[in-house]
Amino acid sequence: MNWQGWAEIALTLGLAVGIGWPLGVYMSRVWNGERTWLDPVLGPVERLFYAACGVDPRKGQTWIGYAGALLAFNAVGFFLVYGLLRLQGVLPLNPQGFAGLSPHLAFNTAVSFVTNTNWQSYGGETTMSTLSQMLVLTVQNFVSAATGAAIAAALARGFLASKGEDVGNFWSDVIRTTLWVLLPLCVVVALVLVALGVPQTLAAGVTAHTLEGGDQKISLFATASQLAVKQLGINGGGIFNANSAHPFENPTPLTNLITAVSINVLGWAAFFAFGRSVLAKKDVRALVVAAMVLLSAGAAAIYVTETQAPPAQVAAHVDTSVNMEGKEVRFGAPSTAVWAAMTTGASNGSVNGMHSSLMPLGGGVTMFLMQLGEILPGGIGSGVAIMVVMALLAVFVAGLMVGRTPEYLGKKIEAREIQFSMLAVLVIPLFMLGFAAVAAILPEALKGLMHAGPHGLSEILYAYVSGTANNGSAFAGLTANAPWWNVTLGLAMMFGRFAPIVAVLAIAGALAAKPKLAPTAGAMPTDGGLFVGLLIGVILILGGLQFFPALALGPIVEHFQALAFVASSH
Amino acid sequence: MLKHLRPAFVSMGLFTVLLGLAYPLAITGVAQAAFPQQANGSLVHDRHGQVVGSELIGQVFAKAEYLHGRPSAAGNGYDASASSGSNMGPLNDKLIEREKTDAAALRAEFHGAAIPADAVTTSGSGLDPDISPAYARLQAPRIAAARNAPRGEVLGMIEAAVKPPLLGFIGQPRVNVLDVNRALDARFPMVG
Repeated sequence: MNWQGWAEIALTLGLAVGIGWPLGVYMSRVWNGERTWLDPVLGPVERLFYAACGVDPRKGQTWIGYAGALLAFNAVGFFLVYGLLRLQGVLPLNPQGFAGLSPHLAFNTAVSFVTNTNWQSYGGETTMSTLSQMLVLTVQNFVSAATGAAIAAALARGFLASKGEDVGNFWSDVIRTTLWVLLPLCVVVALVLVALGVPQTLAAGVTAHTLEGGDQKISLFATASQLAVKQLGINGGGIFNANSAHPFENPTPLTNLITAVSINVLGWAAFFAFGRSVLAKKDVRALVVAAMVLLSAGAAAIYVTETQAPPAQVAAHVDTSVNMEGKEVRFGAPSTAVWAAMTTGASNGSVNGMHSSLMPLGGGVTMFLMQLGEILPGGIGSGVAIMVVMALLAVFVAGLMVGRTPEYLGKKIEAREIQFSMLAVLVIPLFMLGFAAVAAILPEALKGLMHAGPHGLSEILYAYVSGTANNGSAFAGLTANAPWWNVTLGLAMMFGRFAPIVAVLAIAGALAAKPKLAPTAGAMPTDGGLFVGLLIGVILILGGLQFFPALALGPIVEHFQALAFVASSH
Repeated sequence: MLKHLRPAFVSMGLFTVLLGLAYPLAITGVAQAAFPQQANGSLVHDRHGQVVGSELIGQVFAKAEYLHGRPSAAGNGYDASASSGSNMGPLNDKLIEREKTDAAALRAEFHGAAIPADAVTTSGSGLDPDISPAYARLQAPRIAAARNAPRGEVLGMIEAAVKPPLLGFIGQPRVNVLDVNRALDARFPMVG
C-alpha cells in the first residue's frame, strides 16, 4: 500500500459521485419532461417513437399498468435476443463464422442481457458474431439500463403524488432516458475511448506474424461503442472473455479511470435525480453518504487484502507486496481494488482483474457488496429504488422503537409498504442461498467447478449471488456453460430482477394513493447523521445475518487456510 | 397486457435500428475516419508492411535476445483470440507449483536475484503487453549478451521505455515488451 494507491482509489470514487451530481439534475429534468438543450435534436426522434408505438406520453399509468408495460417490453426483448442468438449462424455480419447458440446458452444469455446482469456463460471472442454483439447485446445494454432508471422515476412520482394513482408513463420514461441520457453520453465516451486505443471495426481480426516468427490471431470487434454502454449502463458484459482486463477494452490507466468512473456515475446520478424529483435533496444526500461509506470501506478492504502476502508468491519466494495473479501490470492493486468494489457495489459486473484470484477476503468483500442488494450505488435507478426500500425498513425499525407510525419523504409508511419492501429484499437471499445450497450437493452442478474445498463453495456462491443481484461478474474458474448452470442462473437472474421491480412499483402505487404530509416535529429526521448510522446498520444486519454463515464456509475459511499456509512457508 | 404489445414490439424494433445499427455504425465511421490507427487495433508493421502484432497485445517471447513477457493463461499462451486469466484461487495447488517452478528457473537464470511478482504470475487477460520495470531491468544482461550489445545501452533503452503512472499516481509504471523488442531489433539486429 502507498499514498499513490490511496489517492487513485479516492479520486476514482470521488469523480464518480462528483460527476453524478450534475448528471442527476439533468436526469431529473429528463424524467420530468423539462426543457433540455438536446430537445431540438431528440424531440423529433421521441415523437417518432410515440407515433409509431401509438402511445400518448402524457397519459399516466397506474402502478399495475406501468408494471405491465415494463414486463411486456422486457419479454419482447427476451424473445428477440433468444431468437437472434439461436439463428446467429445464418444471419449476416458474422465474419467469424460462429454457429448459433445452444438453447440453454441462448436462454441464459437472453435473460442475462435483458435483466441488466450480463452474466456470461460464454467467451465473447469465441462465441459472439459482430452482428450479435451489436444488434443483440448492445441494444439490451441500453434498454435494460433505461428500464432500471424508469422504476426510480416511478417511485419518485409515488412519493410526490398526493391521493393520486398515476406513477408516470413507462414508455415515456424508457424512451426519454435512452435518448437523452444514455445515448449522448455513450457517443462521447465511445469516441474518447477510441482515441485512447479501444478498437472500433467491423473486421473480425487480423493475423500477425510475431517477432519470433509465430502466428498470432488477434480478435477485433466494434469494441468502443459496446464498451461505453457496457460501463455507463452498468451492464458489465465483456466484448472479450477477459472483459475490462483485456487490453483492447482497457488499454491504459486513463481508459481504466474513465471506464471505472463510468461504472458508478449514472447510478449516483439516479440518486440525485430521485432527490430532485421528490423535492427531498437533503434526505437523498443522506442515502448517498450511507452508500459512499460502505463502498469506500469495501474498496479500502480489497486494497488491503490485495497487498497482503499471497500464498503462492510466498512459496515461490518472489516479491510478495502485491497479489499479481489475475492482475494486469498497468493496473496493479489500487486500480483493481477500486474497480472490484465499484463493479460489485453497482450491479455492473465488469472486471479489470480476475476476482477468482483475489485474496480470500478480497473475494469475500466482492461477494458481500453484491449481497447488500446492489445499492452502492447499484444499477441506474434500480440502485436508488432498493436503497429507498432499505430506508423504509430503517424508518420502520425506528418507528417500532418509539411506537409511532413511521414517515418517509412526507408519506406514512404502513403495512403494505413494509410487506412489499420485505418481498423485495427477501427474494434476493432466497435465490442466492437456495440455489447455492442445491448446487453444493448436486453432482451435475459440481462438475463445473474448478476448485474443491472452500474456494469451490465460493465459486458456487459467487455465481448465484452475482446472478440474483444482476451483477454478472464471476469466480470464473466455474464452467457455467452447461444446462444446470445456464438454466438455474437464468431463473435466479429473472426473479432477482423482476420480483424487486414489481415490489418497488407496488410501493410506488401505494404511496401515490396516500396524502402528502407536511413535515412535523414528531417525525424522525431522515437527513442527518443519526439516520445515516441507522440505515447503514439495517443494511449490514440484513446482509450480515443472512449471508455470514455461507461466507464463513467459503472466503473466511479460505482466509485462515491462507494464513496457515503462509506461516508454515516461512 | 395485450395493449402493451404494440408499443413493446414497435419500440424494441426502433431501438434495435437506432442502438444496434445506427449507433455502432456511426461510431465506427467516425472512428475509422478520425482515429484509424487505434480503431483497427493499434497494429504495428515491419519494414515490408507485414503486421507483426498489436502494441496493446502481448505476444510470446522465449528467445534470449528478446525481453520476455509474463506467463499467460490465454489459450496456449498469448492467444489473442481466446483471452483468459488462470482463475486459480490463491491456494490452488497448480498455481503454487507453477509459481515455484517458474521462480526457481528465473532465479537460476538471474543468479539468485530477487524476482518481481509479475514474472511468475499470469495476468487477467493473458495478453498483458507490459511487464514491471524491475523485471525488464533484470533481463538486460541476458539480452545484451545474446545481441553482443553494450549492457548499458540495453539498460538505457529499457529505462527510456518505462511509462510512469498518469500524473504520478494513476496506474502503475510499466514497460511495453513489444515496443522494446522492436527497438532492439532496429538498433542491434541479430545477424543471420
